[in-house]
Amino acid sequence: MSEFFTEAVLIATIASGIRFGVPLLLAGLGEAYGQRSGVLNLGVDGVMLLGAFGGYYTVLKSDNVWLGIAVGLAIGLVLGVISAFITVTLKAEQGISGIGIFLFGLGMSDLLFQRLVGTPRPIDTFPRLEIPLLRDIPWIGEMLFRQNVVVYLAFLAIPLSMFVVNRTTFGMKIRAVGENPEAADSLGVSVAKVRYGTMLIGGTLAGVAGAALAIDLGIFQQNITNAQGFIAIALVYFGAWRPFGVMLGALLYGFVNATVIQWKTLGIIPDSWSDIAAMAPAVITILALVVVATRFRAPSALTKPFERGE
Amino acid sequence: MTQAGASLRVSSKYLAYLVPLGAVGFALLIGAIMLLAFDASPIEGFRALFRGAFGSTDALIETAIKATPLLFVGVGITIAFRANVINIGGEGQIVAGGLLSTMTALWLPDLSAWIMLPAILIMGFVGGAIWGFIPGYLKAYFGVNEILSTIMLNVVAVQLMNYLLRQPLIDPAEIERGTRIPQTERLQEGADLPLLFGSDRLHIGPLLAVLAAIAAYILLWRTPLGYRLRAVGQNPDAARYAGIPVKRTITLALTLSGALCGLAGAVLVFGSEGHRMVTDGSTAGFTGSAGFNGIVAALFGGLHPIFTIPASFLFGGLLVGGISLQRAVQVPSALILALNGLVVIFVVSTDRYRQRLRDQDARRDALASAGASSVPLAADRGGGGEEP
Repeated sequence: MSEFFTEAVLIATIASGIRFGVPLLLAGLGEAYGQRSGVLNLGVDGVMLLGAFGGYYTVLKSDNVWLGIAVGLAIGLVLGVISAFITVTLKAEQGISGIGIFLFGLGMSDLLFQRLVGTPRPIDTFPRLEIPLLRDIPWIGEMLFRQNVVVYLAFLAIPLSMFVVNRTTFGMKIRAVGENPEAADSLGVSVAKVRYGTMLIGGTLAGVAGAALAIDLGIFQQNITNAQGFIAIALVYFGAWRPFGVMLGALLYGFVNATVIQWKTLGIIPDSWSDIAAMAPAVITILALVVVATRFRAPSALTKPFERGE
Repeated sequence: MTQAGASLRVSSKYLAYLVPLGAVGFALLIGAIMLLAFDASPIEGFRALFRGAFGSTDALIETAIKATPLLFVGVGITIAFRANVINIGGEGQIVAGGLLSTMTALWLPDLSAWIMLPAILIMGFVGGAIWGFIPGYLKAYFGVNEILSTIMLNVVAVQLMNYLLRQPLIDPAEIERGTRIPQTERLQEGADLPLLFGSDRLHIGPLLAVLAAIAAYILLWRTPLGYRLRAVGQNPDAARYAGIPVKRTITLALTLSGALCGLAGAVLVFGSEGHRMVTDGSTAGFTGSAGFNGIVAALFGGLHPIFTIPASFLFGGLLVGGISLQRAVQVPSALILALNGLVVIFVVSTDRYRQRLRDQDARRDALASAGASSVPLAADRGGGGEEP
């Protein structure tokens, strides 16, 4: 255990924990937009899987990681429109339609991978971007400012999301539509348009999250997300629908994962124990769900399709 | 029943046939387009698929075996959905049932088959029940969203399975050989599911699943408990005023739902060809995604236990036939999973529309027979099958 508590190891663990949290953070932030507007999108994992394959395949063919991210983004955008059509226009039961998207993404990404790639080949990963001056701060510099660009962008998305949700007209409409769609509608806010907007943001971020995951790992495999999309949905509850709370949840997952991997490498815990340790975040999330359910209130219109009264 | 009830039944019966047909047509159309996009002949592909699924006795047996966990899960999901509880935790509940029954067989090696068989089935039931009780209790008494808690419990279950199968329950031979495949030793023969009709593959699993479906039907529509479950599902407030213990009923719905998924786990272990519990480190490695595909079967069966029987058989067949399709036209069988997703989307996307049709019918009939006793408006939400 003592070898874990050395400066170098601790710093490295925290740095990789932050990195591991990025896909969860991106997908979770996107999901938060949808839920604030009253839409529970359960298809995140499916979108992430397709974004992951799209990103992976693009980088494999073009060696350009940014093109990979762009493809992930485009895939997410398209699936966001489709999800919005299903839940907003067709008013499908949100608890189930998302499972359809998930199964579609799970099957389709595997199908495309087997058919187009076959055997996994590693791809280029993100270049590291060291931020001048800041990177030289002792400890902090190494943890925070020697990451790749996607990490910075993901963390910039937090204050941006807070600003959008709390300080802009669009954000006000999102909250209104999520809390009281009838009132918002009577004031001339288009419930459908706002929800399409948040679903587009959610889908796009999920697609990027998937692409970022695959490119960061430098590989693709069947079910590469391993339920991260579902965890991201839970993190929105965990974070009580606030972007900052979502970030805390994502970091918790990232740190636990990084710690488990580090402990395995150092031989502090035998390989087999890592399965038990990997349970921790899920158990913590369930406990957090209990706390959140008793202390915070979900957006009132969550999971309820909007019907204009007669 | 009133006249309204009678004609309501007729119109929903139409829809009950139309929606599954539409869903399959839609999925096959998209599937054909995908096959064409991969330069494969849809006709050849689908022919291989149907032959592989239903074309011979062996194919039918394989289909029935593949359909078994789907049916257990589908029936479990139906019970939960009827109480308006969404159970996405089938995967975890299957694993829990599989683990508990496996441990029973490992740790009680000397039981005679007569005790062993019921014991493993009961323990499968109990394992799944525990995994369903937790989210049920949390929903009923703390207001925790069951969709999320069941999903998180799936994550917990898979890690628990990986730990147990890699460490305390692993086949000693795997350690000796150094291969360390996460699987148990061959479980005792007394626990093998008995075979039917002198077949060397067809075990009693499919029969048990059909019995479970019939039992669920009786439970839901012929017992006070089933009435309470459905009452809570349709209108929890009204149910509360009627004196139904809503919280206990919700907990029970998820517990029963989980228990049926747990039975699927036990059957997956003791009806497997290797007669052991094995995984590849993912949930699907053990369950074959039955926890999700069972939802597809349940929706396809109109959330009715009896209609879920043919629905499970169909989807079991598609999963089996997918492998023949892969061999015939070199398109990976993952195609079937993608198409299953489309079926789910189709069924739930048209649900609103069907609901509106049913409401219109009910209203028209109510006007026609004005004054007749209360109209069973919108009989059961979410269902295409409807009350028999």
